Amino acid sequence: MALQSRGLSLGQRRAVWAYIFLLVPLAFFITIRFAPTLFAMSVSLFRWDILSPNKPWMGLKNYEALFADPVFWQSLTNTLLYVALSVPLQLVIGLFFALLLQAAAHWRGFFRALYFIPFVTSTVAISWVWRWIYQPSFGPLNKLLALIGLPEQKFLASPDQALASIVVAIVWQALGFYVIIFLAGLEAIPTDFYEAAKIDGARSWEIFRHITLPLLNPTIVFLTVIGTINAIQVFTQVLNMSFQGMGGPLDSTKSLVLFIYQQGFKSFKMGYASAGTVVLFAIILVITIIQLRVTTRRVEY
Amino acid sequence: MNLRRRSKSFEPRWAKPIPEPTPRWLSQGILYGLLIAGGIVMVTPFVWMIATSLKPAKEVFLGHFFPIAPTFENYDAVLKKVPFARWYLNSLIVAALTTMSVAFFDSLTGFALAKYEFRGKNLIFVFILSTLMVPTEMLIIPWFILSNNLNWVDTYWGIMFPGVITAFGTFLMKQFMEGVPSELLDAARIDGVSEFGLFWRIAMPLVKPALAALCIFTFLGNWNAFLWPVIITERMDMRTVPVGLSFFSGEAGASWELIMAGASMATIPVLIVFLFFQRQIIKGIALTGLKG
Repeated sequence: MALQSRGLSLGQRRAVWAYIFLLVPLAFFITIRFAPTLFAMSVSLFRWDILSPNKPWMGLKNYEALFADPVFWQSLTNTLLYVALSVPLQLVIGLFFALLLQAAAHWRGFFRALYFIPFVTSTVAISWVWRWIYQPSFGPLNKLLALIGLPEQKFLASPDQALASIVVAIVWQALGFYVIIFLAGLEAIPTDFYEAAKIDGARSWEIFRHITLPLLNPTIVFLTVIGTINAIQVFTQVLNMSFQGMGGPLDSTKSLVLFIYQQGFKSFKMGYASAGTVVLFAIILVITIIQLRVTTRRVEY
Repeated sequence: MNLRRRSKSFEPRWAKPIPEPTPRWLSQGILYGLLIAGGIVMVTPFVWMIATSLKPAKEVFLGHFFPIAPTFENYDAVLKKVPFARWYLNSLIVAALTTMSVAFFDSLTGFALAKYEFRGKNLIFVFILSTLMVPTEMLIIPWFILSNNLNWVDTYWGIMFPGVITAFGTFLMKQFMEGVPSELLDAARIDGVSEFGLFWRIAMPLVKPALAALCIFTFLGNWNAFLWPVIITERMDMRTVPVGLSFFSGEAGASWELIMAGASMATIPVLIVFLFFQRQIIKGIALTGLKG
């Protein structure tokens, strides 16, 4: 009523309602998302210890120290290894089981649910279960190896095997998600394409190579992006699967986020840790831009 | 598809020797063999977890897979040592309230952006989307400094506030709100429905499948969240299940039977809920995968 009396047109009155609807969300995105982003960048220019009242200006010294820190480089390399190992494995194994499920005549829903169980369970709980599975001498995996006559492996206790062992747990937990999304993508391919190809005498491999894969491209891109961003931010598994959450042995499993967490919340060097998060942001930004380039490019079949 | 390939296959069928087809029973046999093998790999860790949790301490390092004399004493011991029930309550409160907030505000934002014309609409949409590019890790230090100054440490609001509205959900709901017919909204306006009523009573029921998917994602994400809750909670009784379990396991040393009892308690109720709603949950996940 009050609005009408001020002589607003119908369109204006609706616009006012839209602004009212957006008031709380906008306030949220500005204060909780946007401002903290800028704040993180500015914190990275100070020596910022939350316990000490004076926070001296550092300029770019935090970044200089970061790039001179071998543990930072180690954790960055490890993070890239997490991406390089987990993403292709999830894609290939996920697609493999999705294809199997699509070809299964019975029990499809049952197996789909079975494969999906790890995805809905707590990552912390699962990390500890895998840690127990990997135990030297008493763990079931080493028992299994002994049973088939293979030597005992140290898994999480070995600097050479620990990262790969964590990747196995990550892939195992995420697999169900990949299967479900691939299955949805496969079911969206019209069956006429397959029938036409069969009439033309195409073999299964040719059908897969020339029909399934190209038409599945959007799904593959989507999962690659999601998988890459998740792997770059790996933290929970590393903290819970390495001894005392340190990212060992010998920093061999320490991820970038764990490094940042330790600097900021264990050593209270928040300025230094913020510099680390800015680098993480830059990496994700570059990946997002590459992803936008790839996904907006028209694919011709 | 390229045409050259197509024209080539107009040759008579018999020009190309047709390979002997694999018998159906054999291919289906291999198929189910692989599916079952995969299923065993997915389930064995859970069986191992439960089996260990039921073993008396002296059996743990014996090397049997299943307990010889199963017992619930480990569960008792865990419940006596740590306030597991309280952690459950904390996780439930945090996940449920966050999910409700996300369901309401993300839909409202999506509705306003999809169904209204106003100045700055695109700018606002791009602004919200751009916050997606900033990783949570970059924000935890500012959030912690803020929470420390405002005494939000060890409060439910402190655990929840970063996630009460999400850019991903806003984007998802905008996509689905665009499918709500404008004629329907106009007709309701003529009938005297308020603008908020249009959102709540007309649009919301029409986007229910997407809303359900968003709720499942949000609930699971908050239920399992670890990085932020581990930073914002310091008191034992304010921890969520993942945080409590992580600290408890870290302090339990080699008492694997206790750690596995804790892991089972964190896992089994979620598993039961999942098995009840698995059809809807899986459908919902597939839906967002296709739209997102």
